[in-house]
Amino acid sequence: MELIKDDYKVSLEVFEGPLDLLLYLIKKDEVDIYDIPIGRITDQYMEYLNLMKVLDLNIAGDFIVMSATLMLIKSRMLLPVEERKDQEDEEEEDPRWDLVRQLVEYKKFKDAADHLEDLEVHMENVFGRESEHVELGAAPDIDMRDASIFDLIASLNEALGRVQEEDLQEIFAEEYTVGQKVTYIVENLKIAKRITITDLFGGMTSRQEIVCTFLAVLELIKLNRIAAVQDDHFASIVVEPREPEEHIGGGVEGAEEHDVIEGELI
Amino acid sequence: MSESTVDVLPELKQIVGALLFAAKEPLTVKRMRKAMIETGNGFGGPYEQYAKATDKQIEGALEELQNDLEQAKLGLSVALVAGAYRLQNDAACGPFVRALLEKNQTMRLSKPALETLAIVAYRQPCLRSEIEEVRGVSVDAVLRKLIDMQLVRVVRRSELPGRPWLFGTTQKFLEHFGINQIEDLPGSQELKRAMPVAEKKKDTTETFPDIEEDLKKDKAVPEDSADESMAALDEEIQKEET
Repeated sequence: MELIKDDYKVSLEVFEGPLDLLLYLIKKDEVDIYDIPIGRITDQYMEYLNLMKVLDLNIAGDFIVMSATLMLIKSRMLLPVEERKDQEDEEEEDPRWDLVRQLVEYKKFKDAADHLEDLEVHMENVFGRESEHVELGAAPDIDMRDASIFDLIASLNEALGRVQEEDLQEIFAEEYTVGQKVTYIVENLKIAKRITITDLFGGMTSRQEIVCTFLAVLELIKLNRIAAVQDDHFASIVVEPREPEEHIGGGVEGAEEHDVIEGELI
Repeated sequence: MSESTVDVLPELKQIVGALLFAAKEPLTVKRMRKAMIETGNGFGGPYEQYAKATDKQIEGALEELQNDLEQAKLGLSVALVAGAYRLQNDAACGPFVRALLEKNQTMRLSKPALETLAIVAYRQPCLRSEIEEVRGVSVDAVLRKLIDMQLVRVVRRSELPGRPWLFGTTQKFLEHFGINQIEDLPGSQELKRAMPVAEKKKDTTETFPDIEEDLKKDKAVPEDSADESMAALDEEIQKEET
């Protein structure tokens, strides 16, 4: 059992989501899940929601959505059956049915979770010849690090933000091209195995140059030549070559990488 | 069988017991069979019979061993976890073992983590949105934690718009909960199929066979193939280990 510090904590623990709260209310009142007295349950639900507000709990949007759903069901239940049928399909079911289905399904998975918990507790007492339990919490073995397009755009914005307003009185010929930047990135990645996006934009003063570099990054990602990865949520984005490692550089990569990381800190 | 060697020749049951004891890690039937073939061919004579032991016979011996251990109350049992056999202590003796090994503090998963895990386990490969639909709350943080713990992994991207990730459970999941395979979880058929939305039904029926096939490839042991060559066996063992 978890340590119960105060009610505040408990509410959070028990009602992780609106379905949790509903199941709790249904269980508390010992009502039939397939025949929920929707009026009563809705009132109680709203009561709890208010209580949570009073306790200054951060009520997730999910709770609000559920209260709207309950209200809708309640109002539809108030319609005489004949009228309801007129408005909807011939075989329209009880308005509560969707919710019931969801609750029943959720309950099943809660039971399944309880079963897993039992197994976990059981396995705590079981040791194999290796005398070790399975270690949880090592580094992830899958690559979830692919940076999304939004992360990339955010970094572009950041880079553009750093550039001073340009003097726009003269019109320059195109100084930079995407092709040129593609080469630049590929060449640089041959030397340093990983470059942070920030470093890539570093030292660039013209918006056009930054935009070209950004487009070059996108182009290279599309061509599958490089990958933009993030070691963590909101961490800086790093571009790495996609080719097998042998193609890039010799044994001094460690040092180079170190430099890059230091650069990132500055 | 002949001569004095007969009484020293061990039964299959004894051999698998010895192998499980000696191995530091769970053993697949294939690895046990490989050891028997090697011994049989190496020693020759009456030992040749061991080289002919089939997977089925070995499995039978393991079962026999388990029954004996249970009846004799030796504090040990044979368990099949994630496709491999291992020798383990009886859970009832766990507290003593924990004291000996100084492992009294074990991490347990939170309720939200267990619920999320249950949904992933039964519905795999499944989308984050499917999990959220069942639980009625956002599961982003929990899912990330489970991935960090290597209990959940990304199976692949789905073909849906935006190509969202599909999640599934890992080998570590099976080991952590002491399960041999997902199908052994209670009610797995029912929970797997209970798909409320029609289009999703389509999605899972399309993708689930893949996973099942993958799982079978990993775990399934072809029946009675005693004559297959050592090289093939080696290859299979290697495949299992990777």
